[in-house]
Amino acid sequence: MRDARGDVKRPIGLRLWLSGGWLTLLVLAAVSAPLIAPKDPLMQDLFLGRMPPFWMAGAEPGYLLGTDSLGRDVLSRILYGARLALIVALVAGTLTCIIGATLGLMAGYYRGWTDRVISRFVDIWMAFPPVLFAILLIAVLGPGLMSIIIAIVVIDWTRFARVIRAEAMSQGAMDYVASAQVAGRTRFGTMLTEILPNVLPTIVALLTLEMGIAVIVEAILSFVNLSISTDSPTWGGMIAEGRTSVHQAWWVLVFPLITLFLTVLSFSQLGEGLKDRFDPVLR
Amino acid sequence: MKSYLSIRNLNVRVKNGPVILRSVSLDVAAGQVHGLVGESGAGKSMIGKAVLGTLPRALEVTGGEIWLDGTDLLTLPPAERRRRIGATAALIPQDPLTALNPSKRIGPQITRRLVDILGWTKAEAQARALELLDEVHIPDPVRVMRSYPHELSGGMRQRILIASAFAAEPKLIIADEPTTALDVTVQKQILRLINEMQTRHGTALLFVTHDLGVVSKVCDTLSVLYAGKVVEDARMHRFFMRPIHPYSRALLAATPTYTDPTGSLTPVPETVISAVEEEVRLHDVRAGQ
Amino acid sequence: MMYEIRDLRLSFPDMAHKPLLGAAPRIEVLKGLSFDVPKGAILGIVGGSGSGKSTLGRAMLRLIEPDSGSIRFDGTDITHLLEDQLRHLRQRFQMIFQDPMSSLNPRRRVGGIIAGPLRLHGLDNLTARVDKALDMVGLPRTFAQRYPHELSGGQRQRVGIARAIALRPDFILADEIVSGLDVSSQAQVLNLLGELVRELGLTLAFISHDLSVIRRLCNRVLVLHHGLIVEEAETGALFDAPQADYTRDLLAAIPLPDPYQDWR
Repeated sequence: MRDARGDVKRPIGLRLWLSGGWLTLLVLAAVSAPLIAPKDPLMQDLFLGRMPPFWMAGAEPGYLLGTDSLGRDVLSRILYGARLALIVALVAGTLTCIIGATLGLMAGYYRGWTDRVISRFVDIWMAFPPVLFAILLIAVLGPGLMSIIIAIVVIDWTRFARVIRAEAMSQGAMDYVASAQVAGRTRFGTMLTEILPNVLPTIVALLTLEMGIAVIVEAILSFVNLSISTDSPTWGGMIAEGRTSVHQAWWVLVFPLITLFLTVLSFSQLGEGLKDRFDPVLR
Repeated sequence: MKSYLSIRNLNVRVKNGPVILRSVSLDVAAGQVHGLVGESGAGKSMIGKAVLGTLPRALEVTGGEIWLDGTDLLTLPPAERRRRIGATAALIPQDPLTALNPSKRIGPQITRRLVDILGWTKAEAQARALELLDEVHIPDPVRVMRSYPHELSGGMRQRILIASAFAAEPKLIIADEPTTALDVTVQKQILRLINEMQTRHGTALLFVTHDLGVVSKVCDTLSVLYAGKVVEDARMHRFFMRPIHPYSRALLAATPTYTDPTGSLTPVPETVISAVEEEVRLHDVRAGQ
Repeated sequence: MMYEIRDLRLSFPDMAHKPLLGAAPRIEVLKGLSFDVPKGAILGIVGGSGSGKSTLGRAMLRLIEPDSGSIRFDGTDITHLLEDQLRHLRQRFQMIFQDPMSSLNPRRRVGGIIAGPLRLHGLDNLTARVDKALDMVGLPRTFAQRYPHELSGGQRQRVGIARAIALRPDFILADEIVSGLDVSSQAQVLNLLGELVRELGLTLAFISHDLSVIRRLCNRVLVLHHGLIVEEAETGALFDAPQADYTRDLLAAIPLPDPYQDWR
């Protein structure tokens, strides 16, 4: 019997190309920031304060996106800020994912007391207000890159644990899990070889989403001055500074904001795009 | 006899993709039951969906006419078409579990259509719903009206869906595999009920099923579909006594029956498949698709 | 005897009626079943939804543990064996599932699906065994490279059969394996299964809601209703002279493709 339903083609994701392209560009920029940044991001020049971007009247050559109130080059600061943003995204995202997904997978597949212990723990954990939690944590640990990463992991692992637990639970009810048992596979083996591959697309989507969230959280903490020391440029710090002079020099606020927006959007779209493209079931 | 539903050369395809229905024509007269038979993917459900205007978004009607109670639906503007379908046709769905909203009581789910589409008052609709529940042999209709779907058995829920399909006295009802999810003993009761209601109300019924046994119990006429093409149109008795098309004969031979002690089963032979595929190909060549 | 089952009882907790504190009440699914499956038999297990037929099947393969009673497989009591103790026995009893789409891991190729159990039981010559299994179920060897979703329903169910027979088990449980198939593939799968059982000398338990299919394949039938055996008989006897009321109702309700059947 022929069946026309399988012939319907899925369009190849434009969003995968756009989001992947932006993130690749950003990674390249971050890695080679010392080479391509036109100026020293920390160099102040009070005579060149609040210079507009290149297309406006009164622009100073060499400062493509203008300067902030202390005369620092906005473009260079964005490029250096990307390094920090991406380190936080990668390290915090991955750690969160590993911890949350492992616990979620175990709770969802093993059920019983494993599930009860992990789920109760997640419930209690989620009852703390997250931002307060982060601020408290950094107050204890002291500001710095490590503190930010730890704060993000500590707050967000529950998101993974919950979603992956539900996913593993529904996969665990499928007959191919029973058939692995019929074949004589161990419980742990079944979890790794049968369940994990089937929740992997969800994990990947969540991971990229989490990377976007990590960038935001880092920006928020910079914004309230709890991030890295003030002399290394961060997007959140730039936005905080730009806010004070938005009427005289909007570019100090707008450019890092756009960069942040595009980056977070790209992370979440990348996840969805990857899921569509590399899932043999959906493909 | 007047045809409540008359489909002429209906063509449906996936937008920029494969053809789903190939020049399908059929008539269902008032008080008659017409069966649509075929294997999965033959497009039998798509005919009902095309009539009700509920085709998946990826599909489009590329030609033909669908006459419902004297009007060609495909010539009407969308809003008018929806209103028209709502007033003259109804559906008995396949799965009684998902067809009722689990968070609402039964009563409002039956009366909503009467109030919203036909402009009845709440009291009128309420009275009608009680009358209908009684008609589909539901004991204690007043209590059932106040129940939630999960409090009722699968057979009970299917009765409620039948009642609500007949509620607005539609000219045409489309039943899409209405008993596939039920046990045989419940299936028997439901099929009898559908027949009883349809005869009493004089409704035209389009009955989609894969089960030739069910067809022989409820239908007056039937169409056998293969790859979206009607390969045989027949009156029911003639079909089971003297099936004409080789594919129809092969389908009958492949259907197991417990009364046959030899229990021989002949899968549909390759030669029959290639012959019917050739027929479909020729149709496409002639239609220029 | 392949299986000897005595007074088998099984219940599940009813979470919908669990009180706030304390244990959930239990729903009895199997209420004391006793029967034997002789070696070489093709036993049909028939019943409606909620009859407990699938639960019985899963208990026979010890995918779930019964509350009480006993299950002996080829002389060994497996009723309460732990998973570790069961593992070496599992090669000898296999299962074919109802829905091949959910019982075949969607992210593995057919070859890997069939080879998986073989590898676990430490068998060698995997490719040769996979090819042999595909030959036996009438699928081209090239199908080893495909994903389940690239196959038709009938082909998927053949993969399920291939996976079960590749281990050369003594017993196979088939749970509603043709209920999702079109009649043409249904006929093919039933014919294939009948041939394989004869050829390999298997013992088969065939769970189905469809008595027509049971008659085609089985030589003994067990009728289940609300967790109890209401009738057990040779196939011919059951269809010619059904004893239990429930069996008679079941037979009378089946719509035959025959307009002159006395059905109303």
